[in-house]
Amino acid sequence: MNLRGIWAVFRKEFRENLRDRRTLLSALVFGPVLGPMLVAGVVQFSISHAEEQSDENITIAVMHAERAPNLLAYLNARGVDSKEVDLDEAGARQAVATQTHKVILDITEDFGKRLQEGQPAPVILYSDRSRGFDRQSVDRVRMLISQYGVEIAQLRYLARGIDPISVLPLSVQEVDVSTPSSRSVLVLNMMTYLVILSMLFGGLYLAIDATAGERERGSLEMLLTSPVPREHLVYGKVLAAAAYMAISLVLTVAVFSVSMSFVGLEQLGITANLGPRAAAKLIACCAPLILFGASYLSIVSGFAKSYREAQTYLGLVITLPTMPLLFAGLLGLQAKTALMFVPFLSQHLLMTTVVRAEPIEPAFVVVSVASTLVYGVILMWLAGRLYRREALLG
Amino acid sequence: MLEARGLCKSFGKVVAVRGVSFSARDGQITGLLGPNGAGKSTTLRMLYTVLKPDEGDALIDGRSAIADPLGVRRSIGVLSHGAGIYNHLTARENITYFGELHGLSRTDRETRAAELIELLEMQAFADRLAKGFSQGQKLKTALARALVHRPKNVLLDEPTNGLDVMAVRGLRKLLAQLRDAGHCVLFSSHVMQEVEQLCDEVVVIANGQVVAAGTLADIRARGGNRLEDAFVALMEPGQTTNDTNGGSRP
Repeated sequence: MNLRGIWAVFRKEFRENLRDRRTLLSALVFGPVLGPMLVAGVVQFSISHAEEQSDENITIAVMHAERAPNLLAYLNARGVDSKEVDLDEAGARQAVATQTHKVILDITEDFGKRLQEGQPAPVILYSDRSRGFDRQSVDRVRMLISQYGVEIAQLRYLARGIDPISVLPLSVQEVDVSTPSSRSVLVLNMMTYLVILSMLFGGLYLAIDATAGERERGSLEMLLTSPVPREHLVYGKVLAAAAYMAISLVLTVAVFSVSMSFVGLEQLGITANLGPRAAAKLIACCAPLILFGASYLSIVSGFAKSYREAQTYLGLVITLPTMPLLFAGLLGLQAKTALMFVPFLSQHLLMTTVVRAEPIEPAFVVVSVASTLVYGVILMWLAGRLYRREALLG
Repeated sequence: MLEARGLCKSFGKVVAVRGVSFSARDGQITGLLGPNGAGKSTTLRMLYTVLKPDEGDALIDGRSAIADPLGVRRSIGVLSHGAGIYNHLTARENITYFGELHGLSRTDRETRAAELIELLEMQAFADRLAKGFSQGQKLKTALARALVHRPKNVLLDEPTNGLDVMAVRGLRKLLAQLRDAGHCVLFSSHVMQEVEQLCDEVVVIANGQVVAAGTLADIRARGGNRLEDAFVALMEPGQTTNDTNGGSRP
């Protein structure tokens, strides 16, 4: 092993990229600062939005308001203001589709008559359920209308001498057992994803520059005539990319830890376990991935003929290993031994456990760290093999 | 001392070099002359160990490029075609980096870099980042980088490409100095005048084969007084065999 050679390449790549604005921006600014800011912003937004939703009066458009003054008074008393509009059915659909009105309530012609006769009295609610924020308004209006209906029904039972309670045979009581910390995972799932992505981005430009970039500049051939075995040259480059990834990882987690403490998470009923100790654990969970990521990116950009080509490949490829994370989110995967053999996924699950402030199974950590390191070493060896191809010179 | 022994190399179906043999002695400048695509670069690349010959071998000071590539690399200094330098390093750092790769100690590589900077008259830009260097400055940096470990043998692939007159003159002077110091210098070119002015021996390559080798006087004797006439005379039979040979490397 030519350790001096590896060290020489490592130092040169590290220093050279320290002077490259592109590398520095992606390693120290884009991932570590923009990622956490994005999450903090989204969380802050959903907090203020949730507050708005429950407190604020909403206004709905009503067609033929004169047909149901009591209903509208009932709604009005519960924070739903009505605004009279004059539309036909097609016009109402159009108005909702174009967002002129978010919710339109149409009181049908025989509403009053049917109500008097004890028949179901129809009202029509127009809304666009594909729009998330409107959905909450519609649900609120519909719930209020149903409540109004129930109150009328109870009055009718009383008028007929029936105890209204007897017609409510079931009563559903919901118990939400999620703790504040476990609820936070729903919000902070995005965080583990961004930590891993930001870590990969930290080494991205160095990986490209040291392989495809070096080839494009025409310095690769000279490098290959130095008395350092080709695979050792590659190891130096992979380790330099790994160093940038490590810096990026530490920074990202640190900025997350600090920025989330400023966000009013407790207003969402959430406490995230993101103190200094948890941050250190998060970094430790992710650290074994660094070698894997650096080798992976070096291999892919080693196939590219030019800087641009490598950028194109990596733009696609960098998201590939984070795919399991998306599935984990969709399927609600829980940590178990078998999953600890899956790189990226195991780190995600371990980080999630840390954020939930749940006890960590030591066996999981051992399997995750050991298997990911083994994959990393294999990939680094593969990257070295790749550099022994003659086609490398292009 | 460089020796090519029956070197052959193909890239897929394209035969680039078909049985090239010649030798380049110490204390001499040997020119590898040939038209574009004749196989000069491929031959050099096999000599400086970045390509493995399909057949034959290259011996550098008696060491086989196939059996002992690392040993060979210690005794050669290479200026590859369009040799790039590292833009975010200074000229000096470019030089010391290669010194480090060659295993020189810190003081050793720094003294050597200072020597080369003086020899190549690079003082004015030695500590500037290489970004924005002129062609001449880049070439000097790459040359110094190739010479940092005091190689016995120096191989240069089309070193004068894109250089102005002054830079070419400087290069010529340096190569002459290396020869006088007993180094073995081998360089490739497709420019007749360059070879004529500089070389002690010439190896003419066309279609991946050596068509002539010897001193300038030998080559001239084969076809007129000027090297250019001799060159054309040598190329002509090559052109008629072009069809059967199937062309050279694109």
